[in-house]
Formats: sequence, structure tokens, C-alpha cells
Amino acid sequence: MAGSKEIRNKIKSVQNTRKITKAMEMVAASKMKKAQERMRASRPYVSRMLAIARHLAHANPEYRHPFVVKRGEPKNVGLIVITSDKGLCGGLNTNALRLALSKIKSWQAKSVGVQVSVIGNKGLGFMNRLKANVVSHVVGLGDRPHLDKLIGPVKVQLDAYIAGQIDELHLVATRFENTMKQTPVESQILPIADLEGEVEKREYPWDYIYEPDAKTVLEGLLTRYIESVIFQAANENIASEQSARMVAMKAASDNAGTIIDELQLIYNKTRQAAITKEISEIVAGAAAV
Amino acid sequence: MANTIHVDVVSAEESIYSGDAEFVVLPGVMGELGIYPRHTPLITQIKPGVVRIKVPGQAEEQIVYVQGGFLEVQPDVVTVLSDTAIRARDLDEAKALEAKRLAEETLQNRTSKADIAMAEGELAGAVAQLAAIRRLRRRS
Repeated sequence: MAGSKEIRNKIKSVQNTRKITKAMEMVAASKMKKAQERMRASRPYVSRMLAIARHLAHANPEYRHPFVVKRGEPKNVGLIVITSDKGLCGGLNTNALRLALSKIKSWQAKSVGVQVSVIGNKGLGFMNRLKANVVSHVVGLGDRPHLDKLIGPVKVQLDAYIAGQIDELHLVATRFENTMKQTPVESQILPIADLEGEVEKREYPWDYIYEPDAKTVLEGLLTRYIESVIFQAANENIASEQSARMVAMKAASDNAGTIIDELQLIYNKTRQAAITKEISEIVAGAAAV
Repeated sequence: MANTIHVDVVSAEESIYSGDAEFVVLPGVMGELGIYPRHTPLITQIKPGVVRIKVPGQAEEQIVYVQGGFLEVQPDVVTVLSDTAIRARDLDEAKALEAKRLAEETLQNRTSKADIAMAEGELAGAVAQLAAIRRLRRRS
């Protein structure tokens, strides 16, 4: 009867673990829903801004903002990496960081300098261990990120771009495809390539009245556009994080269930063995008398 | 067709207001703007202030507070791209400086020794673990 008490304790402990993972799963599920709504809410802002910026770029071909001008082979690049603050979300951060790392390596092979901005605790820890050149970072965005917190770290990179310290700005973040699938993606933020796209067609040529003037408006719009793209990516990252966590916790709960079943079987077997042994001892004892 | 103009007030974080209006008053940088339907196209920066929207069939005006941003006017649509934070050149500058200072501080406080090869090894380990877990799960 040696193992039965230990097995009972083990079952109890796995059951407790399952309770925790189950609770985390449900918390993640409800947070994911809200995060997805927020992700959608910021879309009209970004698309409207891009449409206006495009029109401005077309209407004012003589003025080229530095954000739009291509600079040829880059000597230095900026990289913004978005990760989550907390772990327990499967391979989400690992995959994003792996992509960032391979990018950094390919740049270093071409002896291109890299300066990194990190959003999220996990990425910051990783980049610190990597001894990467981290020029700015922000952690603790929480479940509901605010643009306010991103302005500073992003401006560090934008200033470096305008000052010519970097020639390109890239972003690595996780794209939310659906609840089961999140893929890390890398995209180029600066110089902005999208502005060359189609403008809204009209039957007659028209232009806006600008107040105070086109240059000021375009400059303000482009800065906000870039910030909102990064903000959108941060939002998307949170939705990805929550759904990845939900899936990971669901798997953990399922695994705990299997372990409990197995242990229960072992427990029943040892109990049965003990009873059989006792009976045979009694019978043997009776036969001896 | 009713003489109205569609008004959208959006920010990077949420859609603040959307609906039709007979008349809209906005705080432009060059002064207050009153927009009626079929206004000529216009783009302007706006100051932090109040947007007043006269909704058809309602005596009271809808009031939306914006923290500055941009305004785009088309003959039938008014779009306000509102900022979510109070923006000013020196405020942004201060935020960037603060971010830089924080980054430098962490750079100085780095103690652990590692390089790309080690980090790569760590990541490869994590990926292998994940793959193993996935395989185990499929088997069970």
C-alpha cells in the first residue's frame, strides 16, 4: 500500500494546476475578444490617413518629404521589435525574436549597423542579452496600449532617420491571422513605399485648401501615420498574445487531464493489488488454523 | 436628398463619433471653422478643443472633445483624425529624450554576458522544445 498516498497527492496537485491553466485560458479568451475589437477600431484611422497622405504626395510632386525619399543601399538601419510583456503564450515571442535575429544577422553580414527599439519586456530581455544597440524601449503597455507611450520611443528612431543616422526603418511584429495562427512578419516602415499607390479617382482635377500649408500638414500626417502603423502593430500583437496564450493554456489543461486519468488508473491498480493481497493473506491464515 | 454631411471623428485608438450633421464647428489652427454640406475640399490641423455637431432633427448640438489632430473636408464627408495624446513639439521632444535616457540606463546596467551565437542557441532550444511538445501531443 506504499504508493497510494503519494499517487493521491500527485493527482491533487495536477488537479490544482489544471484549475489554474483553465482559469488562465478563460481570462485570455475574454481579453482576446476585446483586443480584437480594439485592433479593428484603429483601422479606419490608419487607412484614412494613408489615403490623405497619398493624395498630398500626388498633388505636391515638387515637395518630397524625407520620409518618402529612398536613399539607396543602407549603411545603418533601425529596427523596431514588438513582443509581449509576459510569457506563457507558446512560441509567439520566440518566433518573432527569431525573425528579428535572422534580420540582424543578415544586416551584420553586410556590415550594416543596426539600432533597435523594443516594445515589450520579453524582447527587451532578449536584446539586452544579445548586447544589441537598444536606443529606446517601452515595457508594460498593458492590455490596452496607449499611443501616448509609443510616441517617445518611435520618435527616437524617426529623429535618427531625419538626421541621417539610419537609412531605413524596419518593424518586426506578430501578425494576427486568426485565433489559431499568428505569424511573425517583417516590414519596412521608412522610407514609405505605399505613397506611390493609386489615389482616389475623380472626374475632374481637384485639390484641398491647406491650412496653414501643404508642407506642415504633410509632415504632421506622415509622423502620425507611422506612429499609428506601429500602434496598430502593437494592438495586433496583444490580440496575438492573448489568443496564443489561450491556445497554450488549453493544451496545458488537456495535458493535465490526460495525466490525471493515467494517475487515476495507476492508483486504482495499486489499491486493487493491496486488497487482493490482504484477502489472500486472510485465506492463507485461515487455512493454517 | 437631405442637406446633410457625414461626420467621422476617429482616433488611433477608437472611433469616437460617426453620424450625419447639418452643420459642424471645428477648432482649426487658423481659427474656428464652420462647415456646411458641400464645402470645398480642405485639410487643416486642428487645435485641442470642442467639435460641435448639429444633428438633423435634434435641437441640441452633439459635442465631441478632441485633442487636436487633422481635419479633412470633402463635399459630403468631414473626417476628423483626432490625436489621442496632447501633442506639442517640445512635449514630443521630452518623451523622446526620456526614452533615450531609459535605454542608455539599461545599456549601462547590462551584466550578463552573451552574444548572438548564444542567443541563437537559446532560441533553437526553445523552438525544439515547442516542436517536441507538439509531437508528444499528437501522439497522445
